[in-house]
Amino acid sequence: MKPAKANLEVFAETLLELAQRDRDILVVTSDSRGSGKLTRFGELLPEQLIEVGIAEQNMVGIAAGLASAGKKVFAVSPACFLTARALEQIKNDVAYSDHPVKLVGISAGVSYGALGSTHHSLHDFAVLRAINNVDIVAPADNFETQGAVRAAVCHPRPLYLRFGKRPVFDLHNPDSDFRIGKGITVREGTDLTFIATGETVSPALSAGSELEARGISCRIISMHTLKPLDEECLCKAARETRALITVEEHSIHGGLGEACAAVLMQKRLSLPFRIVGIPDEPTVSGSQLEIFAHYGISTKGLVDAALQTLAS
Amino acid sequence: MLSDHALRLKSIEYRKKILTVIRSAQAGHTGGSLSCVDILNVLYNAVMNVRPENFGSPDRDRYVQSKGHSVEALYVVLADKGFFSEEELTTLSKYKSHFVGHPTRKVPGIEHNTGALGHGLSFAVGQALAGKEDGRSYKVYVLLGDGELAEGSNWEASISAVNYGLDNLVALVDRNGFQITGATERVYPLEPLEDKFRAFGYAVRTVDGNNVAELRSVLREIPFEKERPSLILARTTKGKGISFMENVAAWHHRVPNDDEYTLAIRELEDAEIQLRGEPWVER
Repeated sequence: MKPAKANLEVFAETLLELAQRDRDILVVTSDSRGSGKLTRFGELLPEQLIEVGIAEQNMVGIAAGLASAGKKVFAVSPACFLTARALEQIKNDVAYSDHPVKLVGISAGVSYGALGSTHHSLHDFAVLRAINNVDIVAPADNFETQGAVRAAVCHPRPLYLRFGKRPVFDLHNPDSDFRIGKGITVREGTDLTFIATGETVSPALSAGSELEARGISCRIISMHTLKPLDEECLCKAARETRALITVEEHSIHGGLGEACAAVLMQKRLSLPFRIVGIPDEPTVSGSQLEIFAHYGISTKGLVDAALQTLAS
Repeated sequence: MLSDHALRLKSIEYRKKILTVIRSAQAGHTGGSLSCVDILNVLYNAVMNVRPENFGSPDRDRYVQSKGHSVEALYVVLADKGFFSEEELTTLSKYKSHFVGHPTRKVPGIEHNTGALGHGLSFAVGQALAGKEDGRSYKVYVLLGDGELAEGSNWEASISAVNYGLDNLVALVDRNGFQITGATERVYPLEPLEDKFRAFGYAVRTVDGNNVAELRSVLREIPFEKERPSLILARTTKGKGISFMENVAAWHHRVPNDDEYTLAIRELEDAEIQLRGEPWVER
């Protein structure tokens, strides 16, 4: 099977289609229209793309001002800069002031693997989860991306969308249903559950297939929304399968894994549990897939993690 | 339309209320509220098209207080304009009150939550851009502190305001010369400030920011130039109107004790008597 498109491309295509019908949709970028695959958007709808230059703080503040005047604003910038450089603007001008900006973190996680840690965003889930009034969505494939962008336009609250730049596999049936806040069970299973988010759903699914071949039935959940977390879907998996592994392209601190662990502990749901993500150490260099493999976010790594977790 | 004389009387009334509110809450930013209150007075009573009845209208003028710590001045003016009752201000800084020590949208009449410095100008640029996009004629007024200008984000926003030709944006700088530690020029030198703003591309006017007549007259000329944002460098006195608070850094957020409060109110009453007795000062 060949990968489909990069989620970023689908984001840009979907947004263009929506913006052509809705003059209030605006894109604000920080010299990042190329990285955001928005060059065509800028050519076709020049009046709906506002270039701010390399000034992420200013970009988010301007986006909040536009949103306060009724615009449907997508503030698009590399996730590493958007959620660190402009964090105070996200906290105060968007979240606290409740202006429903759509914050779009592009080339997120270790998409820019070889460019080094300045360009990685392995902290974004953690910092944004701790800020009241920001919903967080990391689509796994083109289908989820399209659903997320469509849902974002009229989302009543501030929203963070996180996209990678590598072409990804389609994971869903065409009749799947995407709703912000509702995890999608990509495959049913009874022995072990992988709950993954964003571009790590794909390796989780392929690990699941390999484990199936070894007689281990795996449930695969795409938890595209980290906040609000679909607790029902999580708890159901914890009750119906024997072990649970979370997978994310994020620090093991403060992301999907810890969000799930907190829910399970407080619901007194105890089962073998493991968080797979980027460990708390200087991140190895390489491409996104090389970094994934290094830290076990791969078919082999996740099969091993599953066998160890089930045996624990 | 209030006369300049009536505006001057209002400034005295506002100063009394600011001190009373701060005294009652036992917290507040005294010096900065006193320095900027004449600007708010003129904006709300003689310039802006914004009042409780049209606050939901997309055509209203916008006011963003980037120097959010001087919120007591804003609360007092908004109460006077009828956005909420003056009595509600007795809850300032109290448990569960919406009237916290910096502006929030939970308080009627407030456009944007501020308090962290260096945020208001970018937000105002966004509001002004939206006005241009929609062909609306509203203006966006943003009040900046001078100490606040150390935040680099103000200069990012300035480049954008000029780049987009936002002549519907008016930045007012409350140039009182002081910040919490002391004189701005000793902490983080800003001068030559007017040259800096001009170099960034603003159409700049310098005024006495505690003189309501001067403020009104300069604000009537907005925009100073077509397709350029206007910037008013309002030279003010921190602690203005109270002799022992003027230009004393300690009054940045000091709360007057009983004696100081009584003395301050007496000074304002004296000023009021003098003003009422001298109508010929009216221009």
